[in-house]
Amino acid sequence: MKTINQRAWFFVLPVLFLVAFNALVPMMTVVNYSVQETFGNNKFFWQGLDWFEQILRSERFQAALGRQFMFTAIILAIEVPLGIIIALSMPRKGVWVPVCLVLMALPMLIPWNVVGAMWNIFALPKIGMLGYFMNDVLGVNYDMTQDPLAAWITVIVMDVWHWTSLVVLLCYAGLVSIPDAYYQAAKIDGASPWAVFRYIQLPKMKTVLTIAILLRFMDSFNIYTEPFVLTGGGPGNSTTLLSIDLVKIALGQFDLGPAAAMSLIYFAITLLVSWVFYTLMTKDDQQ
Amino acid sequence: MAEITLSHLKHAYLPQPARPEDYALKEIDVTWRDGGAYALLGPSGCGKSTLLNIISGLLTPSEGRVLFGSEDVTALPPDRRNIAQVFQFPVIYDTMTVRQNLAFPLRNRGVDEGTIAARVGEIADMLDVTDMLDMRAAGLSPDNKQKISMGRGLVRDDVNAVMFDEPLTVIDPHLKWVLRSKLKELHQRVKATMIYVTHDQTEALTFADEVVVMQDGEVVQIGTPVELFERPQHTFVGHFIGSPGMNVLPCEARGDIAVFEGHDVVLEGAVTGAGGDVALGVRPEHVSVAEVGIPATVTKVSDVGRHFVVEAQVGASSLKAVLEEAPPEKGSAVHLAFQPNKTRVYRDGWIATEARA
Repeated sequence: MKTINQRAWFFVLPVLFLVAFNALVPMMTVVNYSVQETFGNNKFFWQGLDWFEQILRSERFQAALGRQFMFTAIILAIEVPLGIIIALSMPRKGVWVPVCLVLMALPMLIPWNVVGAMWNIFALPKIGMLGYFMNDVLGVNYDMTQDPLAAWITVIVMDVWHWTSLVVLLCYAGLVSIPDAYYQAAKIDGASPWAVFRYIQLPKMKTVLTIAILLRFMDSFNIYTEPFVLTGGGPGNSTTLLSIDLVKIALGQFDLGPAAAMSLIYFAITLLVSWVFYTLMTKDDQQ
Repeated sequence: MAEITLSHLKHAYLPQPARPEDYALKEIDVTWRDGGAYALLGPSGCGKSTLLNIISGLLTPSEGRVLFGSEDVTALPPDRRNIAQVFQFPVIYDTMTVRQNLAFPLRNRGVDEGTIAARVGEIADMLDVTDMLDMRAAGLSPDNKQKISMGRGLVRDDVNAVMFDEPLTVIDPHLKWVLRSKLKELHQRVKATMIYVTHDQTEALTFADEVVVMQDGEVVQIGTPVELFERPQHTFVGHFIGSPGMNVLPCEARGDIAVFEGHDVVLEGAVTGAGGDVALGVRPEHVSVAEVGIPATVTKVSDVGRHFVVEAQVGASSLKAVLEEAPPEKGSAVHLAFQPNKTRVYRDGWIATEARA
């Protein structure tokens, strides 16, 4: 009979402590707010699931959620293929490798609010280089402060500029790990460039690509700083993504109850989509 | 299928090779008959993989030509040479089934589905992988993966040559033997020229009809396993092939005999040439304990199972002998005899005695 040593639990305690303070306690505070109403003075009134129902039924939330899904879908549809293409065209060896890697990493090193501010100035009509070039040189009517479509395009281009590098770097890491023998064997087998991509490069990139898509999904779904600095959610509500709306409700209107309920719904959606995606992508490997 | 001719091949990885040391592959000039089994044997870094890649077309040689039959293929890419290559680490297409893997080279060449199915079935049968055909190739064990990569090479019936680049490196020892005999059997069935690169003498000698021994980018000897063993052209071959390797002993050549530690040794034939560093070469298998001969002291006796390896000291030199019968005890004084027709003088490493007619 083997004696079970319970001492191992002590080793878990520090982690439990850390997780409690950076995740569980704040999370429970949010849960606490989401089922109560408060008018200040630390007085709380039980509200049940009313806030959840109110948020889910509200057109404002549904519209923001719709915009959020559209934004994430568009940037994934652009950044993933573009990232793969750039990674494929980067040199595998030689003096240009570090140059390319640094150039690729640069956008990601810039603080998010700086990215927003940069693109804001860049895109403003009359003042910004892009705004001036579009309006006064090309003669295209482009004003992201007035035109929702222009605002959307600017937000998306900004995100592509900022984050495609992440996909590139992860894919590149996957690509350089493929031994030369695979390419040589493919050459001997008479494989076309497409077949090399489809049967060698893509399968070898699958793991890193899964991580890249997952990270880009979560980050873009939770995006706040850059579009907030760039457009402030406007014109009108046209670029008000979920987190911008959430901050408006929580800190603008100080509706802590509905904001808490919305946070939890938001969190649940992010978690659910990530989980489903990850499970689907890794299903094959477990067989 | 065709005869393979390597005509004055040289290769350097440097853009402008000047000195002989710049060449990873010094001049090679050899013809391999259609359907033969050849091995390139040599230590790591001797240029054998370079040579293999030149034949398969993954590398273009700095100088010289590669001919398949009468066709000059030096400038042709691998897919136009009709060759197959099996690499050190098994290359399989992870997302495909075994069947799709085997069919891949045929599909890429636009072969019709009926022929593909027939060829794949045939090859799978030869390799004993018929029951795995519908499994995902990624889940196979390394030896089965290596079989599949061999199969992709063999599935085309128009291959000029199948090349193996140390294919058994990642295979478990007990399966190496199985795969090696499988290869031999395949060679008899497919009749394609096979070129096998290895640093393992057992693999080379059991597989090949003819072995090319290489050292520092140079071919030191080409011969059948028996020739390499019986009459090494170079001390390197003597030492590299055989276990233990040939005894290479200091000596002086005096007329037709060699003087080793003050004792006259009868040689295979007359000594040729003059000058240079002279050494006496005799395999441990050709050294015996005798009534009369060179006096020696036994310093070590190892029982290696089938025979005994005896190490003995003669003057300042130590040499090995392989004995079938019960060996003398350690520390005992014995007399050693060298089999004259297997005892030779080497000058600067190269053989310097005339062969006996």
